[in-house]
Amino acid sequence: MATLTAGEVISSPAPVRQGRFRSVLKHTGLLVFVAFMIYPLVWMVVSAFKPPEQILTEPGIIPSDLTFENFKEGWHALNRPFSVFFVNSLIVTLGSIAGNLFSCSLTAYALARLQFRMRKVYFAITLASVMLPFHVLVIPQYIFFSQLDLVNTYWPLLIPKFLATDAFFVFLMVQFIRTLPRELDRAAWIDGAGPFLTFWYVVLPLMRPALVTTTIFTFIWTWNDFFVPLIYLTRTKVFTVPVALNSMVDSETQSGVGMLFAMSLLSLVPILIFFAVAQKYLIRGIATTGLK
Amino acid sequence: MRSRSANAKVHSHLNRQGRAAHVFLIPWQLGFLLITAVPLFASLYLAFTNYDILNPPEWTGLENFQRMIHDDQFWASVKVTLIYVVVSVPLQLGFALLLALILDRGLSGLAFYRSAFYLPSLLGSSVAIAILWREIFGDDGLINKGLALIGIHGESWLQNPKTALATLIVLNVWTFGSPMVIFLAGLRQIPDELYEAAKVDGAGVWRQFTHVTVPLLTPIIFFNLILQTIGAFQTFTQAHIISGGTGGPANSTLFYTLYVYQQGFVAFDMGYASALAWVLMVAIAVVTALHFLVSKYWVFYGDS
Repeated sequence: MATLTAGEVISSPAPVRQGRFRSVLKHTGLLVFVAFMIYPLVWMVVSAFKPPEQILTEPGIIPSDLTFENFKEGWHALNRPFSVFFVNSLIVTLGSIAGNLFSCSLTAYALARLQFRMRKVYFAITLASVMLPFHVLVIPQYIFFSQLDLVNTYWPLLIPKFLATDAFFVFLMVQFIRTLPRELDRAAWIDGAGPFLTFWYVVLPLMRPALVTTTIFTFIWTWNDFFVPLIYLTRTKVFTVPVALNSMVDSETQSGVGMLFAMSLLSLVPILIFFAVAQKYLIRGIATTGLK
Repeated sequence: MRSRSANAKVHSHLNRQGRAAHVFLIPWQLGFLLITAVPLFASLYLAFTNYDILNPPEWTGLENFQRMIHDDQFWASVKVTLIYVVVSVPLQLGFALLLALILDRGLSGLAFYRSAFYLPSLLGSSVAIAILWREIFGDDGLINKGLALIGIHGESWLQNPKTALATLIVLNVWTFGSPMVIFLAGLRQIPDELYEAAKVDGAGVWRQFTHVTVPLLTPIIFFNLILQTIGAFQTFTQAHIISGGTGGPANSTLFYTLYVYQQGFVAFDMGYASALAWVLMVAIAVVTALHFLVSKYWVFYGDS
């Protein structure tokens, strides 16, 4: 704001003042709207620290009493402490990230750079499967995994990730590899590197932005995922955080609201940290791919 | 002779690439077969059977599909889902576009506003936010407390079949940040020269908007529309948490995917659930195809 651009210096003072007035008006309007949008989140944060009986009687966001009671009680609300569910969520999330990075990058490199007969067909299949609703696959998958006796383990959640079934990320990486200059591959080939060495030493390091985007979105999606864990994880000791929250909702009582808020808030903390750290990549990722 | 050896070299090079490709594609091929293709056809088969997972599937022909015609819950779930898609997607995209246009014109603090508006999108599909929504629209929730301040006594928005779905529509509109970010990226692609040229031709702000911004943005609008529509058809988490898995009150939040889940994984009527899932897939495919057909008439691509 302090420095004037060339355009502002040249134009006469009156429009500048008018422009400034309009921009103040615009900022005021936007800030009010932001406050309105964010209010529910702020209310949730504050409520988590309020004594339970005050949450639903005082709609304001300035608490009269602060307490950590909700967190202490909520942490032990189910027959296992929440630390178990956080560890479970972390296992599933990190496993999914590893799986997607491994399988999608291998697939994308083959589809983007290697010449083979079925290439176009495979790429078309990948594109089509982005649109396939998961519900049409989930019943046979469930039967398959339950016959292998894998219900209440993390394998049904992780195996698909290691088999490049998140087609969106394959597509994202293919598009990214296509923007890399082919000369680099050729140079590696001439130096005697085969496809594997070229992939590992040349293409993979250059793919970093696409790998970061994949990591971020796999993290957020897996951490928030509810449907798949709900189906496969039915014993408390293997619950991920969202499934644990769901079973807290089922046993909700009036005094339980505070605990619910406290645990809900904690469940969002890893995502908020990720958002703060990786914001730049995140915004770029959505802008280029349309991911949520 | 030179060309023959060069040919041979190219051939061996291609063979090597082909062999390598098969190794690189082992995970994908396994996944395509075991996680996608076989389940896809298995669920098509199950759609024509009666199957409760304990006994072998029993072929029943078109019975599952005939059952749908007389199934009130099925029609309720179709209605709920269609209302949700038709109302919430345009509203969400409208907000996204409006805010993108406001933020686009060289406003300071863009990064701050973008993050603030994007935050709900990031969290919106989580169980935690669905729980928050329960408390906001509940009997003693935030909304009714606010209404009480101006002397209005509100009932629970979630217990009333007329308003329960609306709370979920509001939740979807609240997550307008992610299409907004895509709109912002699209707006930045429009070359300044086009606006300059329009100004030279005497076009005001409104005509610049209708004749430059909107036409050039139609591919992005189309992209967002397809993406959000497909997503909205598959809404599950919010409906499950808000209604405690029942789709109530009076089936007013019985989203289609929630009904599939109830039939498949609560009642273990997996034949019927498979038939329902296939209807959903065909519906999404038809809607997407229609979008593409109609897009010829309103989406503007630079080359035509």
